[in-house]
Order: sequence, then structure tokens, then C-alpha cells
Amino acid sequence: MGHGTYMDDEKLTASVAGEVERVNKLICVRPLKTRYNGEVGDVIVGRITEVQQKRWKVETNSRLDSVLLLSSVNLPGGELRRRSAEDELTMRDYLQEGDLISAEVQSVFSDGALSLHTRSLKYGKLGQGVLVQVSPSLVKRQKTHFHNLPCGASIILGNNGFLWLYPTPGQQDEEEGGYYTSLELVPLSDREVISRLRNCLLALAAHKVLLYDTSVLYCYESSLLYQIKDILKPETMDEIVMVTRQRLLDQEG
Amino acid sequence: MASVQISEAEKVYIMHGVRDDLRVDGRGCEDYRHMEIETDVVSNTDGSAKVRMGHTDVLVGIKAELRRPRPNVPDEGYLEFFVDCSANATPEFEGRGGEELGVELSNTLYKVFNSHRSLDLRSLCVCPGEHCWVLYVDVLLLQCDGNLFDAMSIAIKAALFNTRIPKVRVLEDEEGGKEIELSDDPYDCLRLRVDNIPCIVTLCKVGHRHVVDATLQEKACSAASLLVAVTPRGAVTCVRKLGAGSLDPDSIFEMTETGKRVGKALHAPLMELLQKDESLGKKRQKVGFLA
Repeated sequence: MGHGTYMDDEKLTASVAGEVERVNKLICVRPLKTRYNGEVGDVIVGRITEVQQKRWKVETNSRLDSVLLLSSVNLPGGELRRRSAEDELTMRDYLQEGDLISAEVQSVFSDGALSLHTRSLKYGKLGQGVLVQVSPSLVKRQKTHFHNLPCGASIILGNNGFLWLYPTPGQQDEEEGGYYTSLELVPLSDREVISRLRNCLLALAAHKVLLYDTSVLYCYESSLLYQIKDILKPETMDEIVMVTRQRLLDQEG
Repeated sequence: MASVQISEAEKVYIMHGVRDDLRVDGRGCEDYRHMEIETDVVSNTDGSAKVRMGHTDVLVGIKAELRRPRPNVPDEGYLEFFVDCSANATPEFEGRGGEELGVELSNTLYKVFNSHRSLDLRSLCVCPGEHCWVLYVDVLLLQCDGNLFDAMSIAIKAALFNTRIPKVRVLEDEEGGKEIELSDDPYDCLRLRVDNIPCIVTLCKVGHRHVVDATLQEKACSAASLLVAVTPRGAVTCVRKLGAGSLDPDSIFEMTETGKRVGKALHAPLMELLQKDESLGKKRQKVGFLA
């Protein structure tokens, strides 16, 4: 009766492969392979596709491009002032086509498009790092989506399936706000951690394992036996994911 | 070719990584991605192969037909290439979008295989001046994730190895007319010598260094690339520059040397794999398209 189901000879049958959700008598099936359906409060990572008059269009792997209004961003310097005509003209100085941002969903328009905001210092333009794209249904809903992993890198697990890996920022960068991007050389040790994490994320996604900080960390630890570039070989991937799954089960039980 | 958008900061990250010989997926500058090669996937062709490299998927089918040989080389057969960029590969190929790329790929293949050293075209001759085998090589791009030329050339080599051309005999009857008789045994066939067929290595210039088997993100950071076709003996049959940027002569020389080295190293494991695959014979498990 709900989404993802249909009646087949008096029997309720699922029309998509996914998880069953039951609310009293309403049975829905949420598909595994789907575009991102945003909800208010979700943390997302998106890429700017267009710069329009008072807003940016952001690609978030949903059915429609999301919208980031000029009034929903923090201007550099943290000022709280009215947006002037000058701000409109210098929008491209803040965010250009191709830039990556982390933002939160403020509201959902009637046509399903998401309205985003970056009104907090933890959101904003993303600097150097690696983007990994997976299916949105693999990202676990948690209290926080920003993690500084103990292995030496940080990750943003966007609810829309865009995962951002970046070197853990030092102390001094945190006061800058959302728009300063450091183009300094990232040290080789940090790069190795990030590349390894990237391959681990792809391995977990290929085996449809739910992604959250613990599962990513366990996968990283079990991948240390292998060279970074070997992680994506099918046999190695199977091994690593099997060990990760076992550890996750042991931890729950 | 399919392209992705990336930000300036991502470009800087990738370029610094290439400089330190540690790419985003942990590979070195001269490492290929994991490749899966399968031969004999299309049953109604004389030879076929499918290569999967990362997300790039290429299918090659070869059909042999009898035709008149070319007038300037009456005792040789020839190859005809056709590359089809399927609309499934990327939305840019919808409708006639893929035609330009397909024509460019076909022309490159003609140049690469033009050399006498690559394939012994005399073995394709049936009757000098009158009949010869023409191999129609059809390449289908199923998915595009960077590095099309390399995947294509490996698939063509595997398909040529897999090609079985039926043996024919030319009979002369009393009036001097010639008749072509097909051998009765369906397994009696001519195999091609693929020892000297070149493989294409594409090198993309990222910053001051160059990488082999670039992903789409790395391609977005590179302004120019060099395509080198290398035979197993290290001979170069074709060099082409792709892309809008410029390359100075020193880097062209360096890239050609790297291409020769990587190309030579690619052939031996490939032949070994093909021969092992062949020896499995009927017991081989076919994976095909639904894996």
C-alpha cells in the first residue's frame, strides 16, 4: 500500500529491492539503489553547478538540484549584515562552479528540491581532499557526521552518499570560518591514510555494508595488512570486508 | 570523452599527490587499475573479448569475411575498425554525441595497426589479387571511466588472439575458374599470430609528471596527454598527442620512454593470461555481462 509496493493477486508485493518500513498498517519499501531524498537536518556534501542571481545550485545526487540561497551562507569574516547588491555581484568570489561544500538541509520545497544552509562554522567550502560517491542508503543516520578518525584523517559522511575525506585541520585553521581553503602541500603520511580510507569506503560500498565511523575504522584497520593499491582487487576486498563484518557483529553481540 | 567537474582544491591535491608518486587510489604513476579480461563472449562472432578496467567497459567483436584485396597490396588482407560509443556509456554520447569520439578512436586504431610489424597481413591472403580475409573489428564502449584507448587496445589484442578464421581451399576447375571450398571440420581454423600486436599506453601530463591509466578526475587536472602504441619488442608504431594543452619536447621524450617501458611490461602478463584462459577450454566458467 505504501511506496515501493503493489498488489499482485491480493498479495502485497515489493516492486523495489530494499528495506521494509512499517507504520501501523502502512507498509513501504525503501529502495537500496535510489537518488537521495533529503530531510530537514541532514548533513550533505554537494558540488556547485550553477551561480544564479541570489543563489547557487548544488548537485547533491537527488532528483533535482538543491538550492543554496545567498542569505543562507555565512559571509567571510562572520559579519551579520544585510546582503547588498555588491554581494550578489561577488558571489563567484565565494563559491564557483565545481566547488565542494558541506551544508545542512534547511527545508524542502514543494517540488522536492532541497534548500541548504551553511550558517555554522563547521559548514562551508571544502578544501583539499578526496570525494567518494556511494549510494545514499548506505550512510547510517547518526548524531554527528563529522568525524576525526584516530588513524589520522577526517571524514564527512554526507547523507546524500557523498563522502569527503580530508587531512585533519590543525588548530589554527578552525577560526577561519568556511571560506579559507589551504592550498599547502598535504604531507605524504596523511595522503596514505586518505587513499587507504578511500579504497576502504569503496570496498565497503561494493559489499553494501552500512557506513558509519566504526565500520570505516574497522575496515581501515583490517586493510593495514595489504598495500593501498591492492585493496580494490576483488579477492582482497572480500577478505577485508569479511573481517570487518565479523568485528562489527562481535561488537554488537 | 566523459568528464567530471572538480574544484580547484581537489586539483591541487591530485597534482601534489602525483608529484609524490602516490595517487588518490594509492597507485604509483605507472600502475594500472585492476583489469578483467574475458574472451569468447559473443557467440556469433569469429573472435571477441571484453575488458573491464575500473568502470571502463569495452567489448570487441571480430568478424572475418572474404573480399577482394586492396589493389596496391594484392597479397595481403586488411582490418577495418569501427568504434561505437554507446549512449549507455555516458549521457554525452546520447544520439549523435558519440560519433566524433568514435571516429577519432577508429582513426587512431588505423594508424596504430598500419605497421607491417604488428600483424602479418599475408597470412590473411587466400588467393593473391582475388580473395583475402578482411577482419571487421567492432569496438563497443559500454561504460566510460577514463583510459578508453588502453582498454580498447587490450580488448582488440585479446579478441584477435581469440579469433578463429575458418580454413579455406581454393580449387581450380577446368575452365580456369576458381572455387573456394570451406573445410568441413568446424574446428579446423586459422589462428592469428598476435605476438607483435601493439598495445596503446595513454600518458596524461599532470603538473610536471605524467601518469598511466588516468581516472576521470586525473584527466580533469591534465591539459595534454600522449598516446603511445608499443609492441612487445618495444617498437613504437604510433604516437599521438591529445588534449588542448602543450607539451614541450623534453616531456614528450620522457613520456615516450615511460610509455615504451610500461607497454613492454604489459604484454607478457597479458599473453600469459590469454594462453591460460585458452587452455582451460570447455571447463572455463563464462562470466559474461551479468557479473
